[in-house]
Amino acid sequence: MMLDLLIPSSGAGKAILAAVLLGAGSGLLGSFVVLRRMALMGDAISHAVLPGVVAGLIYSPERSPLVIFLCAVAAGLLGAGLVRAMMATTRLKSDTALGIVLAFFFAFGIMWQSRNQESTAGVMNFLFGNIGAINTADLRMMMLATGLLCIVVFVLKRPLLVMSFDEGFSRGLGYPVRFLNAVFYFLLTFSVVVGLQAVGVVLVSAMLITPAASAYLLTDRFGKMLVLSMAFGVFSGVVGGLVSASVNGMPTGPVITLAATLVFALTYFLAPQHGVLAKVLRRGRRRRRVYRENTLKAIYQIQEASGFSHEDVDLIDLAQKRRNTEDHARKECAALLRHDFIELSADGQAVRLTTSGWRRAMEMVRNHRLWELYLTNEANYADDHVHEDAEKIEHILGANTVKQLEQDLDFPELDPHGKPIPQPQLVASPIV
Amino acid sequence: MATALETHDLTVTYHKRPVLYGIDVAVPEGSLVGIVGPNGAGKSTLIKSIMGVVPSSGGWVKVFGKPLKENLHRVGYVPQRESVDWDFPVTVMDVALMGTYGRLGLFRRPGKAEKLKAKEALEKVGMLPYSNRQIGNLSGGQQQRVFLARALAQDSDLYLMDEPFAGVDAATEAAIIELLKEMRERGKTVLVVHHDLQSASEYFDKLLLLNMRLVAFGDVKEVFTPELLQKTYGGRLTILSEVADRAAKL
Repeated sequence: MMLDLLIPSSGAGKAILAAVLLGAGSGLLGSFVVLRRMALMGDAISHAVLPGVVAGLIYSPERSPLVIFLCAVAAGLLGAGLVRAMMATTRLKSDTALGIVLAFFFAFGIMWQSRNQESTAGVMNFLFGNIGAINTADLRMMMLATGLLCIVVFVLKRPLLVMSFDEGFSRGLGYPVRFLNAVFYFLLTFSVVVGLQAVGVVLVSAMLITPAASAYLLTDRFGKMLVLSMAFGVFSGVVGGLVSASVNGMPTGPVITLAATLVFALTYFLAPQHGVLAKVLRRGRRRRRVYRENTLKAIYQIQEASGFSHEDVDLIDLAQKRRNTEDHARKECAALLRHDFIELSADGQAVRLTTSGWRRAMEMVRNHRLWELYLTNEANYADDHVHEDAEKIEHILGANTVKQLEQDLDFPELDPHGKPIPQPQLVASPIV
Repeated sequence: MATALETHDLTVTYHKRPVLYGIDVAVPEGSLVGIVGPNGAGKSTLIKSIMGVVPSSGGWVKVFGKPLKENLHRVGYVPQRESVDWDFPVTVMDVALMGTYGRLGLFRRPGKAEKLKAKEALEKVGMLPYSNRQIGNLSGGQQQRVFLARALAQDSDLYLMDEPFAGVDAATEAAIIELLKEMRERGKTVLVVHHDLQSASEYFDKLLLLNMRLVAFGDVKEVFTPELLQKTYGGRLTILSEVADRAAKL
């Protein structure tokens, strides 16, 4: 057979090829599974194939991969069909129906296997995965199935995408939604069965979910998600397969799953947009900016209280205004110094706003007072209710909103408490 | 004038319980119709059953004189904004492009003509500058505009829109109604599910008053009357819903 040319003769080569096929197929299908919130369905199908595997082993003493494959696919589809039927005929929701079917098929498979121990000797390889036991005939079957899967997904990528995104709309386009759904379940079962011998019934759904979930955290583009998900699937398959083949006492399925989870953990923390670390950093940056802006505002208000009579503001006054120690005020000012918002006096006991510091301080005070005025005038707030709100809003008003506010309020000069609204645009630009 | 949409005895049941009873309506071409009625009146269900998204248990639907299936390409459907997952990894452009997929069938890829069409549609709703954004990073009003752009790219003759004004800002609402009026000028027929009675009389030429059954359909000045509105909003027909409840339990 032509395919045999692609199959390496060494044991390690076979294991790697199996891992690549497994990772590519389940990574590809997994993207759809994650986006369609069908993770549990993948789990149910993977458990549901067990009776099929047992049947295949019993009725095909020579262990023909084709027979086992077909029996497993049939059992998986039967399981998925039962879930849908249960949902259609009762008021049970999908998670419950899935739970029942998953447990029943798995229990039935184990039971059946126990009663036919001698003819089903290889079943442990299907339960927990054993990449070393995959032979040339198995690989041939895996290649055919994965090839078919990739071709169908490539050809039907657009309809499958639209259907996953908006099923109602895809009906309006004239797509044969029932047919496409059936195709999808077929492909899903295929990918489960392909991964079976490498990862095992119990863990094969992890290969559908985890690599795709990592990809989903990394990108906002569907095409990229497909590629990344396949890459992660292949990577965890190969790493897990190699470790399991070269170290004793390392079962393939669990090691591959752990490798996939490691990739997920890395993206969970480090993904540039949706990762946890990025979120923490963003929040920290925002908090520090708000802090700086509040210090600037305090300096401005001290100046304002003295009628802008002198440029220097003593650190002691600032500490008092911010209700903090002088030490603390010094720290706050260090942050402002780094951003060139202030200059320190020669004796280090007073600060003076730079041009950009002036402008930013005025912006904050303006935003605060504009927002107070807006709340009292347009939203009918009482004027003693608006300060707290404005304390938060002043930091997030964009230039466009400010313009809009000024227009709506007819370019006001005083806030609701009678204080003047500063006009930062009048501050001369710093000389470059 | 020719009829764009005709339903005859259209009936829908959920779990054996009727939610729409025998709707007969004939919408002339080029009209801008508001579908109004109280919560639970079956406004969205009417549109979904016309589109075949929910199965009808009786009656038929004709579009431009033919069964829906034969003229599906002449119908554009705008589902409710909440019906999709906005975290989905697609861009504004991707969604607009979906409007052109109906003509392409299952296998053909969108080419230059389709991309141009999607671009024009986005331009029309003012969303072209956001083409490359992931759809989750948009405001509610912008998301609704994207949905409308997708419908425009379909280039249909009859549009069915499910609550396009829900949760959008005032500027978007004004822009949408402007767009709907322009579509009518170009001879399109548009049916819009709308929940605000006040603005309904200003926005639309015709109203379809619905409360599980068709209360009235006609020009605004004919059907926007206290008696008909009372009939629409003054509660269900008590006996009708009680009997329906009983029948559902059989």
